[in-house]
Amino acid sequence: MELFLQQVLNGLTLGGVYSLVALGLTLVYGILHVPNFAHGAFYMAGAYSAFFLINRLGLNYWWGMLGAAATVALISVLSERLVFHPLRKAPYLHHMIASIGILLFLEAGAQALWGADFHRMETPYTQLLTFGSLTLPAQRLLIIGAAFTLVVLLQVFLTRTITGATIVAMAQNREGAALVGIDATRVAMLTFAIAGALAGMAAVLYAPINLVYTSMGHLVITKAFVIIVLGGMGSVPGAIVGGLIIGFAEAFGAFYISTDYKDIIAFALLVLILSVRPQGLFARGAH
Amino acid sequence: MKRFNAKIGWTVLLLLALAFPYMAGNDYHLTVMSTAYIYAIATVGLNLITGYTGQFNLAHSGFMAVGAYTVGILTVDYGVPFWVAFALSGFVAAAIGVFVGLVSLRLKTHFFSIFTLCVGYIMFLLIEKWESLTHGTGGIVGIPAPESIGPLDFSEPRAQYYLVLFFLVASLWIMHRIVHSLLGRTFMAIRNSDDLAQALGIPLMRNKLLAFVLSVFFAGLAGGLYAGYVRFLGPGIAGVENTFDMTMYMLVGGIGTLLGPLLGAIGVPWLTQYLQVLQEYRFVVFGPVLVLLVIFLPHGIVGTWLNRQRRKAASPAPVAVAPVKEVSHA
Amino acid sequence: MLDIESLTKRFGGLTAVNDVSARFARGTINAIIGPNGAGKTTFFNLISGAIRPTSGRILFDGQDVTGLRADQAARLGMARTFQTTALFDTATVLDNLIVGHRLRTRSTLVDVILGTKRLRDEERICREKARAALDFVGLAHIESRIAGDISQEERKRVAFALALSTDPALLLLDEPAGGVNPEETEGLARLIRKMAHSGLTVCLIEHKMDMIMNLADRILVLNYGEKIAEGTPAEIRANPAVIEAYLGSEHA
Repeated sequence: MELFLQQVLNGLTLGGVYSLVALGLTLVYGILHVPNFAHGAFYMAGAYSAFFLINRLGLNYWWGMLGAAATVALISVLSERLVFHPLRKAPYLHHMIASIGILLFLEAGAQALWGADFHRMETPYTQLLTFGSLTLPAQRLLIIGAAFTLVVLLQVFLTRTITGATIVAMAQNREGAALVGIDATRVAMLTFAIAGALAGMAAVLYAPINLVYTSMGHLVITKAFVIIVLGGMGSVPGAIVGGLIIGFAEAFGAFYISTDYKDIIAFALLVLILSVRPQGLFARGAH
Repeated sequence: MKRFNAKIGWTVLLLLALAFPYMAGNDYHLTVMSTAYIYAIATVGLNLITGYTGQFNLAHSGFMAVGAYTVGILTVDYGVPFWVAFALSGFVAAAIGVFVGLVSLRLKTHFFSIFTLCVGYIMFLLIEKWESLTHGTGGIVGIPAPESIGPLDFSEPRAQYYLVLFFLVASLWIMHRIVHSLLGRTFMAIRNSDDLAQALGIPLMRNKLLAFVLSVFFAGLAGGLYAGYVRFLGPGIAGVENTFDMTMYMLVGGIGTLLGPLLGAIGVPWLTQYLQVLQEYRFVVFGPVLVLLVIFLPHGIVGTWLNRQRRKAASPAPVAVAPVKEVSHA
Repeated sequence: MLDIESLTKRFGGLTAVNDVSARFARGTINAIIGPNGAGKTTFFNLISGAIRPTSGRILFDGQDVTGLRADQAARLGMARTFQTTALFDTATVLDNLIVGHRLRTRSTLVDVILGTKRLRDEERICREKARAALDFVGLAHIESRIAGDISQEERKRVAFALALSTDPALLLLDEPAGGVNPEETEGLARLIRKMAHSGLTVCLIEHKMDMIMNLADRILVLNYGEKIAEGTPAEIRANPAVIEAYLGSEHA
């Protein structure tokens, strides 16, 4: 029983991290209509920024996270202005290649600055909390709590504020939004900033458990793609639900089936689902 | 006129390639060039599905690894002669390509890229974890060099260089026939617009699958050559970074041209060689270069040059005569 | 030539085309008109095979072609143009047209690699068909121009030539005179009439009423996905339902 609950906790932890990354990715997809392969590098940049701030400058964990969020938001907005905006009329292939260029640059940059080794990120939450017969690492609870809070805040922002509503409108129908007079530039920059911040914070939450290294974004981003394909491109609820599904599938799969092949689970799911339903689980309109 | 020039150009390149071992300083240069040729074969393959047919296949290096591991596993674990294993490498990759293609080519282009990204990861993870088959992270070592065929012996670097060059020339020749034929035009029509191609009576699935299977055949072949040349393998060759490298070559040279990917695949590694300090961090430079290319020079070096040539060869736009007429009437 | 029987298309809860029936006789020019959003392009997409009907039948020359894919329809002789034509902007005009006849060729990969006589013959035939089509639309003089440089009107003609090189029996033209001035429109109308005279059946979607009234043999009027009128230009001009459908929308 405890083992089962342990896996539930692991599932929630993973799900929380994946959801945050997938949320940013899905919002940006709504604007670009192209998968942003650089998103995984944003995730990594978040971890390295926080690592720098915490380990080298001695800031505390939360300031590190805030700094990371701000740094990645900036990187993200710069990507939008300098790369994706000039390419807005180009064929999709060019967008994909450009996003790969950004990805390669950021990863190589991180390696140039901090070397190819794995780094540990320090967190003040190393305790183990006991609830009856359950032992729960505090960091995992923190991840779950923080992810949940961020998702709720994001939902409130998207549904209750005007700016948020315009982002949703653009994510779902860019041409329609433009027709209604929504300022595409402002919304694009804001969306990229939010997406970057979410990815950065997700990395800072997860890194203490999982180490910091230049290719840490690869698996996460690929799974995030799986999530938004399954949950629906541009769909916020889809990203959240999808993230949780993949998180649970991995946690339980790792424990009950095999730890070696746990990473394949998300990809196998994608291959399976797209084989049966080429338009994804939640096909929407004319994408 | 243009085709005449092209024939001369290709002949010159061939002559240079044949003379290279005598101009090269040492065996190390031969190694760099031979490896570049191997990746050029794979890149030219990628160009067929991505440059000519418009589908960005991110699992390409996975297929190259399939070819490489076919040779590695068969020769080292089962004692199969190199040439037999090598003959199979392209076909094994193509067979897997049929299955992957059937599922993935129905998807819209972005989904296709994401899907193939995942397929590539699956291939990498399988190679890494399936130790009983692939030797896992340790990789396969001690792959035998290609056996001699008659008087031709392939144990020396120079002979190996010519062997690889032979396959490069053969691949380019086949690719040249394909892209300059009705089949090539069919692929380009698909890249241009799925809908228009269909309206012209072109069956999409059949042709996309053909392009895809052909392209991964080249990848598998290149992988088989890689195994016989480098003589050891690790899961790293299946990594998506290799596909990114090849994408870089295509873009620098010129996507959707024949010469472009070739020049890119040869030029870029040499450039990295000379800028040794860049080797580890080459993407700090290449990343932004890729972005700048895509924004300002999307047709690559060769592509832009070819477009200019075409413009010169085409008939000029008619000069606006009307205003002059009006003046003279007045 | 083309019989449409009770064609219906539903997208989820939205009915784009509702129980439309029509007959298009061989060698005639038929116009499909209606306010924006009336379902005209959807109707075209159903006929050409780009989308599948929810119900109804399409008979082409007596043969049931309902639900065929677009490329299968093209092979049977149904050609279509689009509102915007994607051309290879960096290639010459003639180069663009060669692939138009591909569907009538049988060369395979083996032919390509071996460079067989069949391939050489078929490529020659494709080039000849391309030239012939370009000549038919009156643009033989620009065959060596770069496709990206030609005018909008020339682009439209090239799109016709592309469709013609598939050796069609039926031609579906989606806004063939879009974006061209009145003088050019008349030129295109003459070309369309020339196509019908040569034996082709033509269906076109257009918004330019002068062009339609002078060109079409029969007109089909759609509104909200339903057929509200059908007949000769004179009959349509006098039809009260049609006049009402256009009241409030700005059509010349």
